[in-house]
Amino acid sequence: MHDLKMKYKGKKMAPAINAFHTFLYTPDETTHSGSHVRGADDLKRTMNTVIMALVPVLLFSVFNAGYQHYSAINGFPENFSLMEHFLTWDNAWIGIIKILPLLAVSYGVGLLVEFIFAVIKGHEVEEGYLVTGILVPLIVPIDTPLWMLAVAVVFGVVIGKEVFGGTGMNILNPALTIRAFLFFAYPTWMSGDKVWVHEARERSEAILAGASNIDAISGETVLGYLAQNNGAAMEAKYTVMDMFYGFIPGSVGETPTLLILLGGLFLIFSKIASWRIMLSAVLGSLVMGFMFNQVVEMGWITETSKFYGLMNFEFWKHLIVGGLAFGIVYMATDPVTGAQTNRGKWIYGFFIGFLSVMIRVFNPAYPEGVFLAILLMNVFAPTIDHYVIRGNVKRRMKRLENAVIHPKDSDGKAAELQAETV
Amino acid sequence: MPKFIGNNYENKPFSIIFAPNLDNLKGLRYMSKDIRIKKGLNINLVGAAEQTTSKAVLSNVYAINLEDFHGITPKMLVKQGAEVKAGEALFYNKNIEDMLFVSPVSGELIEIERGARRRILTLKILADKTQSNLEHSKLDVNGASAQQIKAHLQKSGCWPFIKQRPYDVIANPDTTPKAIFISGYATAPLAADPNYVLQGKEAELQAAVSALAKLTPGKVHVSVGKTGSSPLAGLNGIELHKVSGPHPAGLVGTQINKIDPINKGELVWTVSPQDLVIIGELLLTGIYNPERIVALAGSSVKAPKYYRTKIGTEVATFLYASGVNGENFRVINGDVLTGSKSSQDGYLGHYNNTVTAIPEGDDYDFFGWNRPIFNKISATRALTFSWLQPKKKYDLNTNTNGEHRAFVLTGQFEKVFPLDIYPMQLLKACMYKDLDEMEQLGLYEVAPEDFSLTEFVDVSKQPHQQIIREGLDLLQQEIG
Repeated sequence: MHDLKMKYKGKKMAPAINAFHTFLYTPDETTHSGSHVRGADDLKRTMNTVIMALVPVLLFSVFNAGYQHYSAINGFPENFSLMEHFLTWDNAWIGIIKILPLLAVSYGVGLLVEFIFAVIKGHEVEEGYLVTGILVPLIVPIDTPLWMLAVAVVFGVVIGKEVFGGTGMNILNPALTIRAFLFFAYPTWMSGDKVWVHEARERSEAILAGASNIDAISGETVLGYLAQNNGAAMEAKYTVMDMFYGFIPGSVGETPTLLILLGGLFLIFSKIASWRIMLSAVLGSLVMGFMFNQVVEMGWITETSKFYGLMNFEFWKHLIVGGLAFGIVYMATDPVTGAQTNRGKWIYGFFIGFLSVMIRVFNPAYPEGVFLAILLMNVFAPTIDHYVIRGNVKRRMKRLENAVIHPKDSDGKAAELQAETV
Repeated sequence: MPKFIGNNYENKPFSIIFAPNLDNLKGLRYMSKDIRIKKGLNINLVGAAEQTTSKAVLSNVYAINLEDFHGITPKMLVKQGAEVKAGEALFYNKNIEDMLFVSPVSGELIEIERGARRRILTLKILADKTQSNLEHSKLDVNGASAQQIKAHLQKSGCWPFIKQRPYDVIANPDTTPKAIFISGYATAPLAADPNYVLQGKEAELQAAVSALAKLTPGKVHVSVGKTGSSPLAGLNGIELHKVSGPHPAGLVGTQINKIDPINKGELVWTVSPQDLVIIGELLLTGIYNPERIVALAGSSVKAPKYYRTKIGTEVATFLYASGVNGENFRVINGDVLTGSKSSQDGYLGHYNNTVTAIPEGDDYDFFGWNRPIFNKISATRALTFSWLQPKKKYDLNTNTNGEHRAFVLTGQFEKVFPLDIYPMQLLKACMYKDLDEMEQLGLYEVAPEDFSLTEFVDVSKQPHQQIIREGLDLLQQEIG
């Protein structure tokens, strides 16, 4: 491998070869300027840590894919037992045949685009896509066609990232750009009650086509029920603990709040992701949720309002349904697209939580708002930072008013100054 | 608007000079106030110098490396082959002709090493067996004027020890700083302990500080460690600060920022305490004696300890006396964070009182990016375990532990950067050369060394000190 790297040195393909090499080895590069010793971490380790925090979620989603599928057909099991009903080969098999291809397409297409750009522009392949690649399959509906995902990934990586100059330069979170592209380009595929559970869509199409030997299955999400003011049906189907553990339909990996929480704590502990963003986003969503609860409490809207179901949803439960927790932990904390100053992070995070719940309640087409809220705040993050940094600059300018500037000796004033001050 | 004292900058009325300078009163606020630094990171390395001092063998050849004097264009005063006395001028600063740079020993100037476009790189002097010094008159500091002191320091070759901020270059003797800062507290990894090397030098330190005090209408701020007894603590005519906390608490830039930060247009001067000893001895005896006690440290040194030697000496004269481990190591003039790369046949730098030798890290590390790491220092806990044992001493090598990438992570630098400055934003401003932003974000206040820790923790392995140095050079060139 080292020989191969040497052989291609300086050639067009060098970035691609280097990328493989650097995957296997930390390079033999030594320091040339500045500090002679460097910290142990590199960007790959950082990205790898985020991926480690995502692996439990991915594994859960593999089983949940099957669990939701079979439960939609056979009904949810009574006396649910984790080993018996959830961690089964049948469940895993559905997950494997559905989710692994999504993962493969996400990584394959995304990295291909990165490699092409690296070769064209002659820079190294940067690690940014390692995290994006695993995020993407986790935030799409399970039956998303692979070609659709591939198109979206190409769009997301090129428009969301490469046109800005690649990793570290982008304004919008690439994973969310991909998600948003899917949502706006193929809206019927991305919303409604037939996309969250494997086969739900095929079955309903078959039934429409006249097939009579199969039953329709529905995979309405918790938020879907609420948006239709059908909270009672939802509560009959899912308990709060179901929502917390993640045994509910939804995008592939967004449901297991418990594992996301653990992943978030791991990222905070390892000092990779910002606890400020996570905490303030949680606060923001609680505040917005609580305000909506109060609106209902005050009787300002009634049960006939189409917002009633979501507004009446207890405020803290917003955190355990839909993609809010996932978005807060893994997407809002993206350091490149988020606010970069510590004070800015508080503001940025708060508005993500706040807007997520707001959009969730008021979005007529699709009862989820976290990805739109994060993308919106991505756009505003530089503005937030700008004002935070202006504060620092203003402090410096204010100090300048008391600056002590002495003349040069050669101006002949120094002697007089000396007489004055000594 | 800043208060201009004097009116050389704009058409201000001359009378402004007679306005009472309230800012001097402001200093009272800081009196005997402790400086406690919380943000930072101590890099504990194996190979700290044991506190015993040996006399290094005399060097045959002494060298002056022009890179030590950033931004100075030398004009030679003697020709190759000339005999010089110790303390006799070799060259002067092209822009300020009175500023002389002198030979550390008496002997023959045997080589003028030149680089591209005949730029002088190194001057080498073959030392005489019996040394003879150029003797200056003694200077009674108390009776001398600022002009006399400045002239004396310049002609004796002591002036280059005085550095200025902004720009981190040798001070311009034509200017007057608002204050002078001396840090007697070393927190850099394996750095020489000032309390140890300054022992018994109180008289020289006092003479130097008294002289410096005449060069500024402001204060001479001296910082010492909160624990330990420093010879600096008992000096008269200084403002004493007791500093505690992790590195970079000992860097003078950190202390300036906490005590009296630099504003646009202001100047402060800094001198390192060991250089004060040389200045002091010159004032007291009239002889330029570039002797120093140098800490030889690092994991590649078998018996790390202190050596008494002179500026410009061959490193080999004491390196091998302590013994070395292996062949493949790097000799650094200075500490591992801010020093300059030297070699086994290199020479002691003009400003260094630490020489560090650590192993080169030019080897591949299989899956080095995802294996758990126990033997390296990290500011995170991403399967790196240095946080478990904050006191453990590490044997770090010069590997970068990763490749150069764009800035991605945020908030990492702030944890080790105690100055009231946004480090990443300032670095970026330097990279895209936005002069206004560089100014506004505080480039005036920093020196490259202030960014050595951020450089250490950066996962993107960006060359912070180089970026800051280039930014400072650009700013100086454009604004002056």
